[in-house]
Amino acid sequence: MTNQEANEIILNIRNLKVRYETQDGIVKAVNGVDLTLRKKRTLGLVGETGAGKTTTALAIMRLVPNPPGVVECDKLEIGGQDILSLPEHKLEHVRGNDVSMIFQDPMTALNPVFTVGDQIAESLEIHEHLSVKDAKERAGDMLELVGIPRERANEYPHQFSGGMKQRVVIAIALACNPQLLLADEPTTALDVTIQAQVLELMNELKEKYDTSMIMITHDLGCVAEVCDEVAVMYAGRIVEEGTLEDVFNRTMHPYTEGLFNSLPNIKDRKAKLKPIKGLMPDPTNLPVGCSFAPRCNYATDACLIAQPQLRSISQTHRIACTAYDNPEFHIERRIL
Amino acid sequence: MSETLLDVRNLKKYFKTSRGLLHAVDDISFSLDRNKTLGLVGESGCGKTTTGRAVLRLIEPTSGEILFEGKDICKLSANEMRKQRKDMQIIFQDPFSSLDPKKTINQIISEPISENKIIRDKRKREDRVLELMETVGLAERLINTYPHELDGGRRQRIGIARALAMEPKLIVCDEPVSALDVSIQAQILNLLKELQEKMGLTYIFITHDLSVVNHFSDEIMIMYLGQIVEKAPTEELFTNPIHPYTKALLSAIPIPSLSEKRQRISLKGEITSPINLPDECRFAPRCYECVDHCRSGIPPLVEVNPGHFVACFEHV
Ligand SMILES: Nc1ncnc2c1ncn2[C@@H]1O[C@H](COP(=O)(O)OP(=O)(O)OP(=O)(O)O)[C@@H](O)[C@H]1O
Ligand SMILES: Nc1ncnc2c1ncn2[C@@H]1O[C@H](COP(=O)(O)OP(=O)(O)OP(=O)(O)O)[C@@H](O)[C@H]1O
Ligand SMILES: [Mg+2]
Ligand SMILES: [Mg+2]
Repeated sequence: MTNQEANEIILNIRNLKVRYETQDGIVKAVNGVDLTLRKKRTLGLVGETGAGKTTTALAIMRLVPNPPGVVECDKLEIGGQDILSLPEHKLEHVRGNDVSMIFQDPMTALNPVFTVGDQIAESLEIHEHLSVKDAKERAGDMLELVGIPRERANEYPHQFSGGMKQRVVIAIALACNPQLLLADEPTTALDVTIQAQVLELMNELKEKYDTSMIMITHDLGCVAEVCDEVAVMYAGRIVEEGTLEDVFNRTMHPYTEGLFNSLPNIKDRKAKLKPIKGLMPDPTNLPVGCSFAPRCNYATDACLIAQPQLRSISQTHRIACTAYDNPEFHIERRIL
Repeated sequence: MSETLLDVRNLKKYFKTSRGLLHAVDDISFSLDRNKTLGLVGESGCGKTTTGRAVLRLIEPTSGEILFEGKDICKLSANEMRKQRKDMQIIFQDPFSSLDPKKTINQIISEPISENKIIRDKRKREDRVLELMETVGLAERLINTYPHELDGGRRQRIGIARALAMEPKLIVCDEPVSALDVSIQAQILNLLKELQEKMGLTYIFITHDLSVVNHFSDEIMIMYLGQIVEKAPTEELFTNPIHPYTKALLSAIPIPSLSEKRQRISLKGEITSPINLPDECRFAPRCYECVDHCRSGIPPLVEVNPGHFVACFEHV
């Protein structure tokens, strides 16, 4: 990696681990995640319920609730700045200025007793130190940017529909022009036509603001629409990562293959769905070997013994799968 | 030859609200053949659930006829309706909130059997429950567990087993897989398909996921603000959509493949309030092909090709 490329790294995480110490046992939510994200790039963090996606994002924001959450990490840098050692009052500044997050449930992210304009303006007053008047002006600009007439700044959240509320949430997240935006399922609650509007908006804003983004989703269709890179998570680990083309067209991990095979194929409606057998492992009692092995059609004894390490397939593509110790091994998936 | 199981005529369901009359389902007519699946698609609030519940008379329709095997069930007395209901069941979206948390799986599944006094003997009832559990892929050892001890996929299997207990002919599936992860969603969809083949079931399958409905349904009905805008056999609808709303919906489906770059039709605005609607095409305010006469009344649903119905002034 050249120096210049290194300078462009916005997010650098090494060996992130998060566990929740609950009465029912220790939930191993994130188990050694490395992530690198460059300027202007969008990473899709995909995986099913409980994979640890939201927890990863919360850890980046240093917002994992403690108790019960315990975070361990070798390195966590945003824009070259070490976030791990920052005291809480400095973190406040980082959140909003350098990194902001769109939370999983957009409807609860807005305060019902303040107008949407005031809510955007407030964030600008705090983080950009704008005067009340300037903040109001900028809030109007932000609303227009997300396709809402500025006259509506004086309305309350309940007067807005779901899609409009989500656009306001995006406006707030972008108001301070963060280097990094973490969007947790930003369109899951929306209808397809509105989802399409919001995804389009996010694509436009990325271009305009040079923002790097992690988009958390379980919808591979949305990933194909907005992401440059993909990381597939299973049981708190990244099992496959690479460019969009790597993961979609040169799929290697059996779990990624299983996700694609579970989806109905819009071009071949008669094609039989091939679900992944079984269920996600209990996060309080993960298997010693590969967490996916109990559900994997290709698993051998070796998979049950030791945790697979991420290995590089190419400059951009990495997978964690023991089966590839055998140079002959390949999965069945063919790209249409 | 196929045989009509359900024939719905001019079904309306209005709700009284403080702001006026809410037209949740506003004069829809459709029929459904035995052993087929009709997919019911549309945005949040367009009236899918209300349609599904009204068809089973779980809510009382405001007006209209619902002919089930030729008999208008709206005319049945409460007692007659209770008997009729054995043939018509529903599966809900959220398997968690729809199952009584204080009851075991055994109690939940056997409830309709004991309520209808089908099997009076407790032992035999339990045998039937075990049989149903096997049918839907639930392990025998789970019979005395409670819903909260189970994951979403298994809870949905309970909902299915319960619906099957009465050996119904028609099942309304209201977003049965929307709350589930894709790997589990595929398991449940395959199960529903198998059961249909084995038992000759007829489904009304409610969803907002167009790729699921494409895979699962024989016919698709698209709703907008309480009305049907288009209905067609699945292949036909996807290859030859006619209504501007259908076209926009299809173009908005996010496809998990990189080979396909589509032209997207983006719609302005969102579905509007179903209260105090003007006498014009309901989609007109968002329509990108709207012309003057679209505002002149409500377009009728017209058959443009065999089995393909469209309600649009501009395209019919
Ligand atoms: N505050 C908490 N206390 C205890 N366990 C938690 C807490 N938050 C999350 N977990 C557990 O940690 C694991 C990872 O959860 P997380 O919310 O990160 O998953 P996710 O990938 O975002 O899932 P989803 O797709 O459902 O949002 C899960 O097993 C979850 O139950
Ligand atoms: N009991 C009720 N009283 C008043 N209004 C109702 C009632 N039930 C439904 N509605 C309204 O009727 C309309 C149709 O609702 P319905 O639940 O049938 O929509 P849906 O298509 O199933 O939506 P979703 O995709 O969100 O489930 C909505 O405007 C809803 O607010
Ligand atoms: Mg989450
Ligand atoms: Mg509904």
